[in-house]
Amino acid sequence: MTSHRIGSLANETLHFTFDGTRYDGRPGDTIASALLANGVRVVGRSFKYHRPRGIMGYSVEEPNALVDVTLNGVTTPNLRATTEALVDGMVVRAVNASPTAAGDRKGFLDRFAALLPAGFYYKTFIWPDWHRFEPSIRAMAGLGRLDPTNEPPAQNPQIAAHCDVLVIGGGPAGLHAATQAASEGRSVMLVDDQQTIGGSLLFRHAEIDGKQGGEWASAVAAELTAQGHRVLANTTAYGVYDHNLVALWQRRLGQPDAQWRVRARRIVLAAGAIERPLLFPDNDRPGIMLADAALSYLAQHKVLVGRRIVLATNNGRAYPVAEALRAAGADVTIADLRQQAHDGAIAGARIEAVHGSNGVEAVTVSGQRLAADCLLMSGGLTPSVHLYCQAGGKLAYDETIAAFVPREDLPGMRVVGAASGHYSLAEILGGDGPIHPYAIAPAWPEAGVQGRQWVDFQNDVTVKDIALAERENFRAVEHLKRYTTLGMATDQGKTSNMNGLATMAALTGRTIPQTGTTTYRPPFVPVPFGVVAGRRRGEFFNPVRRLVLENEHREAGATFREYGGWLRPAWFGGANGAANIRREAIAARTAVAILDGSPLGKIEVIGPDAGALVDYNSYNTLSTLKPGRIRYGFMLTESGVIYDDGVTTKIADDHYVVSCSSGHVAGVVARLEEWRQDRFDPARVFVHNSTPQWATLTASGPRARKLVSSLSLGVDLDDAVLPHMAFADGQFDGAMARVSRVSFTGDRSYEIAVPSSKAANLLAAMREAGKELDAVLMGSEALLLLRAEKGYLIAGKDTDGTTMPHDLGITGPMNKRQNEYVGRRSLFTDNAQRADRQQLVGLTVEGQTMLPVGTHGVETVNNTRRSIGFVTSSYESPTLNRPIALGLIERGMERKGEMIDLVHLGQVFRAEITDPCAFDPEGARLNA
Amino acid sequence: MQPPRLHKRYSALSLLREGLRGHSGWQQAWRSPEPKPAYDAIIIGGGGQGLATAYYLAKNHGMTKVAVIEKGWIGGGNTGRNTATIRSNYFYPESVALYDYSLKLYETLGRELNYNIMFSQRGVVTVAHSDAEMEIAARIVNAMQINGTDAELFSRTQVLEKAPLLNSGDEARYPIFGGVWQGRAGVARHDAVAWGYARAADARGVDIIQDCAVTGFLIEKGRCVGVETSKGEIRAEAVGIATAGNSGVMADMAGFTLPIKSYSLQAMVSEPVKPCLDTVVLYLGTGTYMFQSDKGEIVVGGGIDRIPSYAQRGNPPVQATVLSGMLEMFPSFAQLKMLRQWAGVVDVVPDSSPIIGPSPVPGLYLNCGWGTGGFKAIPAGGVVFAHLLATGEHHDISRPFDLDRFRTGRLVDEAAGSGIAH
Amino acid sequence: MQLFSCPFCGPRDETEFTFGGEAGKIRPEPAPEVSAEDWSKYLHRVGNPRGATSEIWVHQTCGEYFLMERDTVSHVVSTTNALRKS
Repeated sequence: MTSHRIGSLANETLHFTFDGTRYDGRPGDTIASALLANGVRVVGRSFKYHRPRGIMGYSVEEPNALVDVTLNGVTTPNLRATTEALVDGMVVRAVNASPTAAGDRKGFLDRFAALLPAGFYYKTFIWPDWHRFEPSIRAMAGLGRLDPTNEPPAQNPQIAAHCDVLVIGGGPAGLHAATQAASEGRSVMLVDDQQTIGGSLLFRHAEIDGKQGGEWASAVAAELTAQGHRVLANTTAYGVYDHNLVALWQRRLGQPDAQWRVRARRIVLAAGAIERPLLFPDNDRPGIMLADAALSYLAQHKVLVGRRIVLATNNGRAYPVAEALRAAGADVTIADLRQQAHDGAIAGARIEAVHGSNGVEAVTVSGQRLAADCLLMSGGLTPSVHLYCQAGGKLAYDETIAAFVPREDLPGMRVVGAASGHYSLAEILGGDGPIHPYAIAPAWPEAGVQGRQWVDFQNDVTVKDIALAERENFRAVEHLKRYTTLGMATDQGKTSNMNGLATMAALTGRTIPQTGTTTYRPPFVPVPFGVVAGRRRGEFFNPVRRLVLENEHREAGATFREYGGWLRPAWFGGANGAANIRREAIAARTAVAILDGSPLGKIEVIGPDAGALVDYNSYNTLSTLKPGRIRYGFMLTESGVIYDDGVTTKIADDHYVVSCSSGHVAGVVARLEEWRQDRFDPARVFVHNSTPQWATLTASGPRARKLVSSLSLGVDLDDAVLPHMAFADGQFDGAMARVSRVSFTGDRSYEIAVPSSKAANLLAAMREAGKELDAVLMGSEALLLLRAEKGYLIAGKDTDGTTMPHDLGITGPMNKRQNEYVGRRSLFTDNAQRADRQQLVGLTVEGQTMLPVGTHGVETVNNTRRSIGFVTSSYESPTLNRPIALGLIERGMERKGEMIDLVHLGQVFRAEITDPCAFDPEGARLNA
Repeated sequence: MQPPRLHKRYSALSLLREGLRGHSGWQQAWRSPEPKPAYDAIIIGGGGQGLATAYYLAKNHGMTKVAVIEKGWIGGGNTGRNTATIRSNYFYPESVALYDYSLKLYETLGRELNYNIMFSQRGVVTVAHSDAEMEIAARIVNAMQINGTDAELFSRTQVLEKAPLLNSGDEARYPIFGGVWQGRAGVARHDAVAWGYARAADARGVDIIQDCAVTGFLIEKGRCVGVETSKGEIRAEAVGIATAGNSGVMADMAGFTLPIKSYSLQAMVSEPVKPCLDTVVLYLGTGTYMFQSDKGEIVVGGGIDRIPSYAQRGNPPVQATVLSGMLEMFPSFAQLKMLRQWAGVVDVVPDSSPIIGPSPVPGLYLNCGWGTGGFKAIPAGGVVFAHLLATGEHHDISRPFDLDRFRTGRLVDEAAGSGIAH
Repeated sequence: MQLFSCPFCGPRDETEFTFGGEAGKIRPEPAPEVSAEDWSKYLHRVGNPRGATSEIWVHQTCGEYFLMERDTVSHVVSTTNALRKS
């Protein structure tokens, strides 16, 4: 046992296990501090070589200590032990190690490291084939293990907020900036990713305004809160997006994590800086840590990381660390890599060897072997400029502190404190500078050092790997990163990018700024997918639209399916779909069927220019209708392709109702609105989508008129007054009712639209009236079947994104219309006029064979089979007692009577091309 | 024809030999030469398409005075930003001819280039969520089979066998009815494709010139005879543009417009986990697709952003849409974290098919408009574009993708035919 | 997430808006007098500037189409203007 607890901050004990061994921890512990308190050295294995690894950092920079944690029966993989609070009962396992981190079976791989340099996999596994090798490589890769039973519910709220100033980082610089902004009367939001606000004040000694640093921080945070500003601890700003939107990830005690989307007028970035490791052989051994980490564990958890400590440094920041560790009882030797060291330190030190493989036993410093159980590294600070760069900021290299710092503030963002390269309190708050000035002497790698020096610890990238990349011309920073995987581990290069960059600079003889930096992208730390995704799952994911009468239909035994985004009855009467669809279809042909057609679009176009607008929008001229009459037609895209079909009713000269498919309502409203504003005087025509205001029930079948006549709608149902394709205003239950004679079944039909509030009454009245008429409730499936018997198409099902009206034989408007309409010119392109276009036809197979939808017609030319079209609709027709089908077939209209070959999943069919209409071609039943 | 430059072959044996002497004998994967004053052909854009074109110019047409001009580092555009999926599950014969040829070339590309591109043929399943979608799926499967590529119509059970962690519960917003399966499809290591082509092209004498931005075209008597660059004037008999995402900028420089709009396309990866997903899954309902990389990361992508943009950065609303889509498909993935997120700029064309062919300026040729799907077409795109640059004539495969189709109206619109946007 | 300023409703999240194409594109007509080339240009050819651009957008929430000048790289919105005269 080397690292150990030296005091107590709480009496309560938390129990947990690590790799099967029981340990105790204390409230306030992270998993890492608890492991250190128990003297656990080896906590993980590296990704490639399975080198034993210990805890190196204390926060988001940690590359080694990743664990799978089981709590309450579910496991979450890849948690960072340094940022995860310890909870009683946690079962913690090291990732990428089996059976334990200390006794990992794959530890032998390190002996083959010479054969596994950066990118070795690009050079081998080529012959005979990558497939032979991939499964075993995949099994070796990966860190933690996904728990298939762990399905966290979609309960992460997404909170939108705004403020004048968002301060990111609750250290001295952030608190100072927040106080200043608040005093200027601005609304402030301050966020920090630690459990407690204070940043480095929580472990680096400071006195501000006569208070100890940590106390000062709490007081400032409390004051801000009291003034009504928001202070969020445990909250990480992980991404800056356009127009100063900052995404935050907030961990909340006992509640699901939240995402905040904060729109800030100004952002103050006070994210601090991260300490760099030093480069020396075997610098990855367990027991080698960052100096700041040692200080943090001591101050925040009363854990001393070793008894005999060597502290290697190239700057002055390490000296107070040594003092604190000594005060806590450790024996500390400072190995200062600089020629000018302070008193008591070894000056001009070189770390030549680290002894001990599962833990530091001794360190050779400048030829002298020093017994040690811990080696601390202080390689200088790397400012956390990630969010500044995400926001588009450019960096400048500051030689005096050997670091990249923001070149200048951005219009919406200021960078302060350590994140801007100002490391001392004096620079932030004024006052005296530190006793041990920073005075860094960068210790970049030198050529010819023997042994392996780790740059990226988790991904096992060493100085030699970077040298190999340089040799092979992967010199661009992004090539270096991608080729060696430097900086691509789950720590995202927080401790490795700068060292890697400097190594490449040294190898190529370029300066560090010439070598450049990689792009900084969100997120700053890995963020749970659920936090980014929010609650948009299950029924909240693309929510279905629901009918006003859904409950009534359910009570009547409907089976629901989704059609064009609407949940609609597919059929009534229980599980047996086929039998019920048949029953409903037969009733619609022999008696009367009641259908809920409410989702069908009803778009009102009103005003003196209404006729001109609906004409322009439509392939067919509509303004020539008499008031009270209805016309079927198409809407085309500007490419001439059928966008939708539907009927339009002329209610008055200045009032039309455009109907369209339920799935196209928003689209049709949008195009009407666009043309209205683009082409017409918006004061003379108005578009209003009234679909949600109406409920529409249809009675269809030979007894439809009888049914409707008993509803007392106040409408003269005489065919001379209300013929097919006519409309009349009526009354129902004291409200307005619109009655239209349109039919999608081919039988006499009445569509009755009433205000949605009257829907239930209308349905009840129709069912009551229908009792003695053998009326049935009909779902969408039977309707789809009935219309197919008539050869009526469904846009998007029986047409595709190439179908034009003349492919359906409807050529009147294109040949005769003299004025402009959407898509007109496209009907006359070379492609539109091709002779071999696919056209809508009927397809009849001999006997009782049904053609599956999706079957292709084929022909063989020069021994090559090619598709000539496909089946779009296919049903067993109860009316005709035989299968019917529709399809889009090349030159179909001129080939009626021809037999063609078809194929579906290898099965071959023959069918005759026929007219799409298989039933009542004269349309006599519309008036029967 | 100039003999290929001597390159140390990559193999397990050479790796072993080099391992014993500290890997000191590996050569540059490609040189970094200064540009010559003139070439037979130059290709602007050192992505997969450009590098493959250079390679095939040398290999298939014996041209060695060829340069690839890259403003940054090779493979740094969409080649290094895409989600590396390779498939040919297309509806129209023109599309299948292109993408299936590409898939076939990919199948042997590692050996041909002597570079492990890690093409993993683990299959792609496009999941259908209703009877109506199953009918469309059947339409696509039949079309694919007739067009000569492999396809199966999967049942619900078959889908779940391939991806057992899919949301199969009753509460699923998008129930699994079945889907379109293409077993030969898969994923590859995108960077390796760029690097493998670069190394092989370099070995055949192609000059790869990085950090060299094209600033203008040399037009003489209405004909393009070269380019102006940040490294000086470079002349060429034929100039090819293969700058996905920036095609509009190039066209603008040359004085014409294209039917292309630029949009961001985002992708994300999780932290690595042990194998838990062995195929590529796409849901029609969510528009989200994902697979697990060899390293163990879940790679996830979805639709393009809604705002025309050249900014290669992400956008929270689209992330939320894509990721909620993924979690709807794989509820257990909610225990994972988003490690990286990035965006590429894609050329969006009205029919979502590429534009390959002569530009309005003689001597200047186009390879652009790949939308979200250029990576899978790199080998075939390279072959047909090399053919075009070398001969001035279309390869049979590229003819339907000529710019002229926008005048005749004869588009190759997969979404129109199959009802599925690619 | 970008912030666009509807001339009628003020600054709103981008999700409320839909891109309506580049500004200043005139529909050629009447159809019989429009060449295939001109029609193709109208349908398909688009300006795609890297940098400053002038576009038509619609604010779905209020339904109004308007003109927006913005930058396709920096995403800075310089102005938004109503298309209506009054």
